[in-house]
Amino acid sequence: MNSFAGFVIKEFKQIYRDKRTLTVLFGMPIIMLVLFGFAIRNEVTNAQIGILDLSKDEVTRTLIQKLEASSSFQIQAYLESYEEVEGLFRQGNIKEVVVFESDFKEKLIRDNKADIQIITDATDPNLANLVQSYTSNIIRDYVKELNETGEVQKAGLNPQVRMMYNPELRSVNLFVPGLIAVILMLISALMTSISITREKELGNMEILLVSPLKPYHIIIGKVLPYLVLSVVNVVTILVLARFVFQVPFQGSYFLFFTEAILFILTALALGVFISSAANNQQTAMMVSLAGLLLPTVLLSGFIFPVDSMPVPLQIVSHAIPAKWFLIIVRSIMLKGSEFILIWKETAILAGITFFFIALSLKNFKVRLQ
Amino acid sequence: MPELAIQTENLTRTFGDFTAVDNITFEVKQGEIFGFLGANGAGKTTAMRMLTGLLTPSSGKALVSGKDVYSEAEAIKKNIGYMSQKFSLYDDLTSEENIRFYGGIYGIPDKELGKKIDEVIESVGLGDVRKQLVRSLPLGWKQKLAFSISILHNPKIVFLDEPTGGVDPVTRRQFWEKIYEVSDQGITVFVTTHYMDEAEYCDRISIMVDGRMDAIGTPKELKQNMNADSIEDVFIQLARSAERGDE
Repeated sequence: MNSFAGFVIKEFKQIYRDKRTLTVLFGMPIIMLVLFGFAIRNEVTNAQIGILDLSKDEVTRTLIQKLEASSSFQIQAYLESYEEVEGLFRQGNIKEVVVFESDFKEKLIRDNKADIQIITDATDPNLANLVQSYTSNIIRDYVKELNETGEVQKAGLNPQVRMMYNPELRSVNLFVPGLIAVILMLISALMTSISITREKELGNMEILLVSPLKPYHIIIGKVLPYLVLSVVNVVTILVLARFVFQVPFQGSYFLFFTEAILFILTALALGVFISSAANNQQTAMMVSLAGLLLPTVLLSGFIFPVDSMPVPLQIVSHAIPAKWFLIIVRSIMLKGSEFILIWKETAILAGITFFFIALSLKNFKVRLQ
Repeated sequence: MPELAIQTENLTRTFGDFTAVDNITFEVKQGEIFGFLGANGAGKTTAMRMLTGLLTPSSGKALVSGKDVYSEAEAIKKNIGYMSQKFSLYDDLTSEENIRFYGGIYGIPDKELGKKIDEVIESVGLGDVRKQLVRSLPLGWKQKLAFSISILHNPKIVFLDEPTGGVDPVTRRQFWEKIYEVSDQGITVFVTTHYMDEAEYCDRISIMVDGRMDAIGTPKELKQNMNADSIEDVFIQLARSAERGDE
């Protein structure tokens, strides 16, 4: 036990003395959260739009006012004819042109029906989609108003939409759990794999293996400091999310940290596994980044929903620990789920963890022989 | 009859089709300084790794301090010290911390460790810089420190893998004085080297060529047998027959 404690102390000292790594370790979560929280968001503010009003009556004016009043839009140009639309898009600033057909009000009163054409610049499909749906919402609201005041009789369905758990559709609520997964993966897996391969590269590993220290002492000693650092990072992210971005936290903190530690263990096991295969720090870093970080970002549902992926990729995503962790964390944070609701995901995550721990222990021993 | 520190019989290690170590049989007596010579790729490091328990032999027998390398690897580990070719101290720890760390790994109790640290610091002459990071020390000092650390736990045998690579002749000379000191304490020294003058300092030497042990004996015997003036000549005569190039 004495020798093991010495090992862990040495590991902490080394991390502490490597100021650059330390900055990355503690700076990265903050930078990433601020980046994702402020800069990268799915909601639209101040999208520049153009208006082509062929009718110029009361109704269209009100609608334009409503668009203008919304913080999502900024009316940048009033067009006179269709010919101008394309030229405007080519300039690149205008994301959407709203076209009201001529005799808008008359048609609305006479036929109960008038057309609004929404033309979007779909070079950025996500943005185009958002802008389009925002506009539709504003128009729909107005139509509802008209119905209520009885100015226009409109038959048909009137859908009532309610967004649960994230009513404002704030993307930061969605990003924070994903960010926790990415950062834990990065710190736990990347840092452990680098730190173990460094011992190999510098030749210290041989000395350690020749010593009476058991291989699992070496692994645990290497991994323990990063487990502690990762937990510190989770706390940092959580505090930032809670107090800077007002991300709700509905569930139990105890459950959350238990699940987080389970995920950290998965990542650490992956790190050990990578380091047993890689012979130098560069390889370890490349493998960690390409093999772990990319799938974690792209296939876990962090940014792109798993359900909208092609079937083969959906199958691949099942093997990605972050996918299950994301489901768990989102349920706990946003829905306040109890363990009973997420036991299945937890079991899968635990299964993956044990698989990789077993694999990395086995590989570590094989390397000894 | 003196106890044997190392005893091997037809020790062999293959990697796929490649036979890195080919049926070597030799003995090293307790307290001896045994030089282990060979060109690059001759199989020295592989042989050493088998003896230190880093690699399992493919076939053959080997006893290290009377313990079997197959079944008693853990017991062997307590009885040996090892200083590798690659530099083995932690650059970002101080000399003191390095000694404490390795001492701890070998299970030296805290009480003794303090005294040991002072002893080592003094014997290497690191008094003024004991709290400095190892990174800032000259190579010669680092190597002396690494050597002292490898014998911290009073092993029966110490394995030195090219311990003096890249240091100046004066420091090498000092290093060998330390080796003699250690040998006088009864510790067996098993050392690989590229420097032929160092081979002359050994009690006995062996020369490996293409994984085989082509010569073994005292430096004097080898020179007489091969009718050579120096160990360098002996080595060149043997190494010329090698089929494996530099790796």
